[in-house]
Amino acid sequence: MSKSIHLTLKIWRQSGPGDKGRFETYPAKGISTDMSFLEMLDVVNEQLTLEGKEPIAFEHDCREGICGTCGTMVNGRAHGQLQGTTLCQLHMRHFSDGDTLVIEPFRARAFPVIKDLVVDRSALDRIIQAGGYISINTGSAPEANTLPVPQDRAERAMDAAACIGCGACVASCPNASAMLFVSAKVSQLALLPHGRPEAARRAIAMVRTMDACGFGNCSNHRECEKTCPKEISIVNIARLNREYYKAGFTSLEN
Amino acid sequence: MHLDAKIPAGPLPQKWDRHRFELKLVNPANKRKYDIIVVGTGLAGASASASLAELGYNVKTFCIHDSPRRAHSIAAQGGINAAKNYPNDGDSIWRLFYDTVKGGDFRAREANVHRLAQVSNLIIDQCVAQGVPFAREYGGLLANRSFGGAQLSRTFYARGQTGQQLLLGAYSALMRQVATGKVRMFPRREMLDLVLVDGQARGIVARNLVSGDIERHEGHAVVLCTGGYGNVYFLSTNAKACNVTATFRAYKRGAFFANPCFTQIHPTCIPVHGDYQSKLTLMSESLRNDGRVWVPKTPGDKRPPSQIPEVERDYFLERKYPSFGNLVPRDVASRNAKEQCDQGKGVGETGLAVFLDFADAILRDGRAVIEKKYGNLFQMYDKITGEDPYETPMMIYPAVHYTMGGLWVDYNLMSTVDGLFVLGEANFSDHGANRLGASALMQGLADGYFVIPYTIGGYLAGTRFAEAKSDHAAFTDSVKHVQERTAALLAVNGRRTVDDFHRQLGLIMWDHCGMARTNEGLAKARTLIQELREEFWRNVRVPGSEKDFNQSLEKAGRVADFMEFAELMVIDALARQESCGGHFNEAFQTEENEARRDDANFCHVAAWEFTGDGKEPGLHKEPLVFENVHLTQRSYK
Repeated sequence: MSKSIHLTLKIWRQSGPGDKGRFETYPAKGISTDMSFLEMLDVVNEQLTLEGKEPIAFEHDCREGICGTCGTMVNGRAHGQLQGTTLCQLHMRHFSDGDTLVIEPFRARAFPVIKDLVVDRSALDRIIQAGGYISINTGSAPEANTLPVPQDRAERAMDAAACIGCGACVASCPNASAMLFVSAKVSQLALLPHGRPEAARRAIAMVRTMDACGFGNCSNHRECEKTCPKEISIVNIARLNREYYKAGFTSLEN
Repeated sequence: MHLDAKIPAGPLPQKWDRHRFELKLVNPANKRKYDIIVVGTGLAGASASASLAELGYNVKTFCIHDSPRRAHSIAAQGGINAAKNYPNDGDSIWRLFYDTVKGGDFRAREANVHRLAQVSNLIIDQCVAQGVPFAREYGGLLANRSFGGAQLSRTFYARGQTGQQLLLGAYSALMRQVATGKVRMFPRREMLDLVLVDGQARGIVARNLVSGDIERHEGHAVVLCTGGYGNVYFLSTNAKACNVTATFRAYKRGAFFANPCFTQIHPTCIPVHGDYQSKLTLMSESLRNDGRVWVPKTPGDKRPPSQIPEVERDYFLERKYPSFGNLVPRDVASRNAKEQCDQGKGVGETGLAVFLDFADAILRDGRAVIEKKYGNLFQMYDKITGEDPYETPMMIYPAVHYTMGGLWVDYNLMSTVDGLFVLGEANFSDHGANRLGASALMQGLADGYFVIPYTIGGYLAGTRFAEAKSDHAAFTDSVKHVQERTAALLAVNGRRTVDDFHRQLGLIMWDHCGMARTNEGLAKARTLIQELREEFWRNVRVPGSEKDFNQSLEKAGRVADFMEFAELMVIDALARQESCGGHFNEAFQTEENEARRDDANFCHVAAWEFTGDGKEPGLHKEPLVFENVHLTQRSYK
């Protein structure tokens, strides 16, 4: 059954990239435990608006855990403490009356703050542009069943493809590495026969772009795997490393 | 103005081939001389952008999100239809065509729907080649499942995340073209006006959502792929940013809006639980393959489901529709759930829910099988409601999900404005008065991958263009118009928030222009909307400034458009004095409470023309001619 709780929020406010930023404290009173975390922020924002203050900027869209738009740090954890959950799917029944929540943006050199809790994650798009695709023009595909894909490989490809590109892995990593993100895409395409022809070029190009965008390296902290709302496994990072080393020996481009 | 759908002559199966032959071609070397603006990066927009760039056009693509991968196509769960007939169960292009026309309650254009069925197979080929990890059989070949409104298995799927995988496929193709430089990507931009020069769509005015700058972008054609308007109801399964602004602004510039009252209420959503609720969550209707829908036989029975014995349960869909059972089309399933709740048999705290029960399926197939099919959906349900659907039946209730209406387009997907093309959910063309499951993904990708690349060439090759750079007077006028409107929103400084107004508008629409409509209710809704709109412009509070990242201002602009658009929906619903598909007017029903069409008077597309602020819109009718299917009363019994 739903009940009502009172919380204290310490929220990062920053008017723009040039602003230094600071924490501000807001009460969140009478929060129903059936609310989602973002609905709780909605309630605070409605209040701030009526008080003539500027509401807290935060990103969100589908509110069903699939678009990857939402995400903040809650008490030091990306998307909050609940395993395998985006912020929009975190419900207030997981908090207790009287809790203090510290809410900050995802922090990484490659994710500059735009405003309050909103960061610029376009670096992730640039990594995909470097090779996160199979080069096939519209209309030139062969009949879909021409190449069978063993079911277990298709399933593993799907496990990796479930990445929503939210950036929580980067925000949780002490090195702000995007290795889990890169490895998910490299793995998905490397596991499928359709993706093999470009596998070497893809692994090298995506890793180089990741480095160029200012993400750090992987040093096996495994924080990314723990925080990933889609529970993408670091097995994919191992596969990326294999693909990358293999490419180093075989690719003409290296 | 005469609405010419430009349907090619000849027998239905040959129309598209013939039309492609008759369309003029743009020489490969000349394609680089054309700039095309694509607004939106869902399935339609991303696939169109990539395909046009591959052909050699210069493409400028816009989206309101931080990344094109966020578009709401990503949330589609169930699957995508195609007439591959892999299961050997009797499917064909003709049957997919027929099912779609029938499912739409005979209010869609035959030729468009047939083309959709024809290209459906190419879409699967394309997506597989892109690396979309569709579900597969042990032998490694593609798996299919059945879906609402169909009696065979033609749906391809990637767990419960088919939309996500198809969108990421289209997005990857788009990113590849961004890397080649053929697409220039403009994220965090919102189109606020369409710019016409000599009656041709020649550009857009967009707001940079980070800086607040109003930007001018010119091109030789504009392709709108901006999705549907379900958020007019405030609560819907649509993502929060989904809005009508781009299509409504185009309507105000001369594009006709077709069948705006055709909205789809999806039967399997998680029920509303509080007045702070910000959106509704869909549970894929694939759940109806194994879940059984029921309510207690006795009104007001508040016992927990486990204590209601089998004989006291009413599996009302199986009882009323023995041949389709729980797999009846969405409009039928939704209306029946409402009917049961109206009779006091609804369950849960609010009485606005019915059970969707998997106990029999788990008993029959074992928990592991059910978990494999629906694991992520069960988990999502558990997260939101705190209840475990393996142990206790889910509770579901209908929610606004999709809008069949949209900007009117001809066979080339061009609107009544020359050079303005409209794709995907944003147009009206393929689903009639009700869309079948797994057909939205099919249509979005058909339009983007396999229709627009041909038809836009036909337009460009046959059109002369005047010089229209971004300093043209038409752009300057448009920018001024946009800036004045923004300033007006900020200047009100009233006492109610944008969301507060939006919720109230949504309730008016849900109560009077939702699952069941009456002439009295619609007339009342029209007055209520007018009053609310008047108050909005007098009493809304939009904090912050124009030259900033200002989410309140974004919302205010969208809600202001919904306030006007809602009235157009009501006008359309009142004009259509029949029931069909998702438009159910209580005055027009059969003795068995099914929608009763009036083919003698309403077998047409209602296309509305903007005639000026505060003036009645003009109605234009495109008669629907059925040469290949026989119009019947839909029956799923």
